[in-house]
Amino acid sequence: MKVPVTWLREYVDLPEDLSTVDLAGRLTEFDLKLEEIASSGISGPLVVGRVLSLVKEEQKNGKTINWCRVDVGAHNDASVPDAPGDDVPSRGIICGAHNFVEGDLVVVSLPGTVLPALAHVIPGGEISARKTYGHVSDGMICSSAELDLPGDASGIIVLEPGSAEPGDDAIALLGLGEEVLDLEVNPDRAYALSLRGVARDAAIATGAPFHDPADLEAVTVATDGPGAYRVEVQDPTACPVFAALTVTGIDPTRTTPAWLAQRIELAGMRSISLAVDVTNYVMLELGFPIHGYDRSLLKGPLVVRRATPGEQLTTLDGTTRTLTESDTLVTDDRGPVGLGGIMGGEEVEMTPSTTDVVVEAAVWSAPMIARTARTQKLSSEAAKRNERGVDPTLPARAVRRVADLLVEHGGGTLEDGLTLIGEAPVLPDVTLHADLPARVTGVDIDTVAAVEALEANGCEVAVDHTWLTVTPPPWRPDLTDPYDIVEEVLRVVGYDQVPSVLPTAPAGRGLTTSQKLRRRVGNVLAGEGLVEVKTFPFAGEADWDRMGLPADDVRRRQVMLENPLSAEDPGMTTTLLSGLLRSLVLNIGRGHSHVHITETGRVFLPQAGEAEAPIYGVDRRPSDDELAALSAALPDQPFHVGVVMSGERVRSGWAGKGRPVQWADAIAIVRHLAAVLHVDLEVRQAQQAPWHPGRCAAFVLDGAVIGHAGELHPRVLKAYGLPARVVAAEVDLDAMIEASPQIGPRPDFSTFPVAKEDLALVVDLTVAAGDLEAALAGSGPLVESARLFDAYVGEQVPEGKKSLAFALRLRAPDRTLTDDDIKAAREAAVAAAHEATGATLRH
Amino acid sequence: MSAPNSSYDPVEVTPLHADEVERMRDEALAAIAAAVTLDDLAQVRIDHVGDRSPIALANREIGALPPQARKEAGQRVGQARGAINQALAAQSAEVEAAAEEQALVTEAVDVTLPWDVAPVGARHPVTTLSEHIADVFVSMGWEIAEGPEVEAEWLNFDALNLGPDHPARTMQDTFWVTPEKAAMVLRTHTSPVQARTMLTRKPPIYIACPGRVFRTDELDATHSPVFHQVEGLAIDEGLSMAHLKGTLDHFAQAIYGDGMTTRFRPSYFPFTEPSAEMDLLCYVCHNEPDAVADCRTCKGEGWVEWGGCGVVNPRVLIACGVDPERYSGFAFGIGIDRTITSRYDIADLRDLFDGDIRFTEPFGVEL
Repeated sequence: MKVPVTWLREYVDLPEDLSTVDLAGRLTEFDLKLEEIASSGISGPLVVGRVLSLVKEEQKNGKTINWCRVDVGAHNDASVPDAPGDDVPSRGIICGAHNFVEGDLVVVSLPGTVLPALAHVIPGGEISARKTYGHVSDGMICSSAELDLPGDASGIIVLEPGSAEPGDDAIALLGLGEEVLDLEVNPDRAYALSLRGVARDAAIATGAPFHDPADLEAVTVATDGPGAYRVEVQDPTACPVFAALTVTGIDPTRTTPAWLAQRIELAGMRSISLAVDVTNYVMLELGFPIHGYDRSLLKGPLVVRRATPGEQLTTLDGTTRTLTESDTLVTDDRGPVGLGGIMGGEEVEMTPSTTDVVVEAAVWSAPMIARTARTQKLSSEAAKRNERGVDPTLPARAVRRVADLLVEHGGGTLEDGLTLIGEAPVLPDVTLHADLPARVTGVDIDTVAAVEALEANGCEVAVDHTWLTVTPPPWRPDLTDPYDIVEEVLRVVGYDQVPSVLPTAPAGRGLTTSQKLRRRVGNVLAGEGLVEVKTFPFAGEADWDRMGLPADDVRRRQVMLENPLSAEDPGMTTTLLSGLLRSLVLNIGRGHSHVHITETGRVFLPQAGEAEAPIYGVDRRPSDDELAALSAALPDQPFHVGVVMSGERVRSGWAGKGRPVQWADAIAIVRHLAAVLHVDLEVRQAQQAPWHPGRCAAFVLDGAVIGHAGELHPRVLKAYGLPARVVAAEVDLDAMIEASPQIGPRPDFSTFPVAKEDLALVVDLTVAAGDLEAALAGSGPLVESARLFDAYVGEQVPEGKKSLAFALRLRAPDRTLTDDDIKAAREAAVAAAHEATGATLRH
Repeated sequence: MSAPNSSYDPVEVTPLHADEVERMRDEALAAIAAAVTLDDLAQVRIDHVGDRSPIALANREIGALPPQARKEAGQRVGQARGAINQALAAQSAEVEAAAEEQALVTEAVDVTLPWDVAPVGARHPVTTLSEHIADVFVSMGWEIAEGPEVEAEWLNFDALNLGPDHPARTMQDTFWVTPEKAAMVLRTHTSPVQARTMLTRKPPIYIACPGRVFRTDELDATHSPVFHQVEGLAIDEGLSMAHLKGTLDHFAQAIYGDGMTTRFRPSYFPFTEPSAEMDLLCYVCHNEPDAVADCRTCKGEGWVEWGGCGVVNPRVLIACGVDPERYSGFAFGIGIDRTITSRYDIADLRDLFDGDIRFTEPFGVEL
């Protein structure tokens, strides 16, 4: 809400010496938070001048300029002699505009004036005397654009004759020194969307007397007099009060008085025409939205009713809207002429040539306005106030105020007869225990202080022993609950009075297992040299296509958004790789060759069918079954860990050549995570996009695949414009944490000597080393470990075969092994390997 | 071995003459003294100590002497050998020490050479600050609660006193899940986690909820559609706004150091009543009179905006199954991303989310 300070001071007798900054501070403490104090920024000698003479001089460039002598009163400067007319006290000024004549009053910026609107043309926007077209121009005659004022910018400003004297301060005259408070108004304080409301709070906050602009003389026109426009309200729930007055014979040549136009412009609205401006002015003043109809365009009585589904209305903004029965209409004989309380219809709009106006001020159902504004995506100044709740006692006075201004400034005639339907709803009382303010705030507030604070806010309070019954004033429909009353009390007592007391929570259980393990995983990933990034979880078709996901890949099924920020990212991602690969592209684009990044975050896996989350009431807790239904509707959102690496895993440098990342690095990281989580993860050969079909591992946990790792498919890298041999991993972290035992394995080792046996085994190329390793490791109780130390394919082994060499470590828990023990264990290992993979000992 | 001496004449055995033994000894000692490398020493050992050395050969002749001469010759040769061995040992020690010394000099390296072969990892400050905050609350006996990011509309709005026609709903620019009738949103705050906790646990409840949230703000230097919050909720008997202030003051001190404090300004949130904006004493100038005017962090205000808070609206308690007659509570929320940008003077919020490794790297693994 933009509040011009001089306008505000009209309704509250603020001390002269109260600065605008201090005033804003007090209002901020009162829940009207200052966003900024705006002012024109114009300073210096901006004065009124009278054009004494003007000489038209044709220039070589074809332009004609005016060489003027301008009387600027006390600012005349005879020390700059220049013809013509320098004998008369005045200044010589060059002007290129032609919409003025000798004798006109104009606005002159003398040297030293700062005009922010010109800051892009002259340094600092500061006017100086300068030589131009062969003369010294000792100032500038201003146009409205140069002063950042609305209006015709094609010529200079010509003031009304007699409206000022040469030398007068034009900053004050034009209101350019006006400061405007821009206040943030919270949705519970609809009353503060008006000068009236802000002035009342300023009065409470400063103790200054308040003059209510709604304290108008009683309406003297008779209700239902002969001039009353006929109105029928068919739905009093939607429209409890409707008031209308008619003003006829408005002179269409009359324009909006400058002060009024200036006030609504300063308040952030556009000056349009007298009738429109007056309705907006009164809305700003009283906070009550008003609508004016051009009576000559109305056909028959106004009727307030619900729309029939599919009914259409073209509103003032030129939009044709299709309505539903939850929308409320004002209609005449032809059909809809306005969307009640939100925006009028185009057909009956007031225009500058309108002479007869029906002025409407009505109370509308706030929730219905909110719903229509939301469904029609139409947030007008009227809707903003009506959906929050207006003072329902105002309609008759509001229409009278508008009518009076139209009579006064438009020369119109007030028709005899007020239309007034319905009665202002009375706000329900709120009853609370007198100690509630103290209990809720922790501030020592007694009954007297509470009552005082509430009465200052306009409430009536009845005290009955320890109970307070509060009748909110009509402009406070937000005061419905005891706690609302507490806030009003605290606002007056002061939020700075709240003491600081640290509560004692009962002993807690610390972090959950999942939280602890996620931290552990985070540290392990950092220890692996991975840099954590945070990417947005949005993705779309383009990601899946680049990643080469098959058309039927489950990861293409996303949780989609109704209103995504970009068409590229229409839904939630199903894999962390979408964000990580974009991040890798960015990093490589920014010149980083060796990038090891990771992200831990949720992915979003939609339900199989169409899921709908129920909406319950809020007057009780939903049942456990209802809550379960709520949770069941939501997509699965497990935490995943993703890793992407490119460049060198071991950096080349002065000490020698490094090692590029390879498929095994990605798998090793997942194995590392499994090890620190004590999870038994099986690694299997797999084919899964976006990985290289021959270099992809699947991780299997309790029979379920929970992730993949390896080198990315060359086609994927090409699609992303990435260098060769990028590796990646992604696993379901929740699944791993779920499987992580509360207590890890116990240490179990023998102190007897170890026996080392090497075995070179020949197997088919297709045999997985992991299977062979598992067979050896499980071949007998003496096998402590089996570690692959060499893998060979070549002339030394038959075609289609490979040699895998393992180092076996054999050890018994209770004795030193004999040669026979060792021989037996070795033979058992070879036999187990043969059985599992067809391996034969290499000779 | 030479042939047995048939004459048995000791005088006949020249090598055992005293002056001969002395000469051999002196030659050996001279050679030893002249040996300055390990190779020299090896040669000396062969020439003067080894089996074929003159003194060793002389020693062998002793056996051929008549018994009465053996002792004298043995002593003579023994003393000479002793002197040689001693000298050799001493010289060896010296030469070896010098050689080792030399080797160490030769092996010296430039330790300032970079050793950056292994990549260095780092954790994102949003993660580490969230953990730091969690630790503060855990130390107070609070627990850390979490919830889904795609959330039911009822939990994100209705249960929090934000009914469908509440004007404040439009203030939270919400991502809606398709189709609209699915009644699901990307959570606009972590408050639904508070609602979930109240719905499933009995008071007293003291929880903090860090997490990722979403609003339909276009990404620019100061706005992001994805950001992070931490919210707190306490539900117990007899809790008031004073306990809220005490908690926030403690929180501020734990994060920003001793002497920190907060202040309240009135505000509005549907889920709290009374509601307040909280300001944090400027952690750079501490609102000190001689520093505040020029402070860039608080722009001369002495305070910086920190978040929102208030007393839990009883309507929320009712919807979440908590008896408002018996229990009251307070809630608060702060922005994690803004805390980071303000503390580390980061001008562009986008740096947090575009994944450039240079953003995360300086933060290491702990804040």
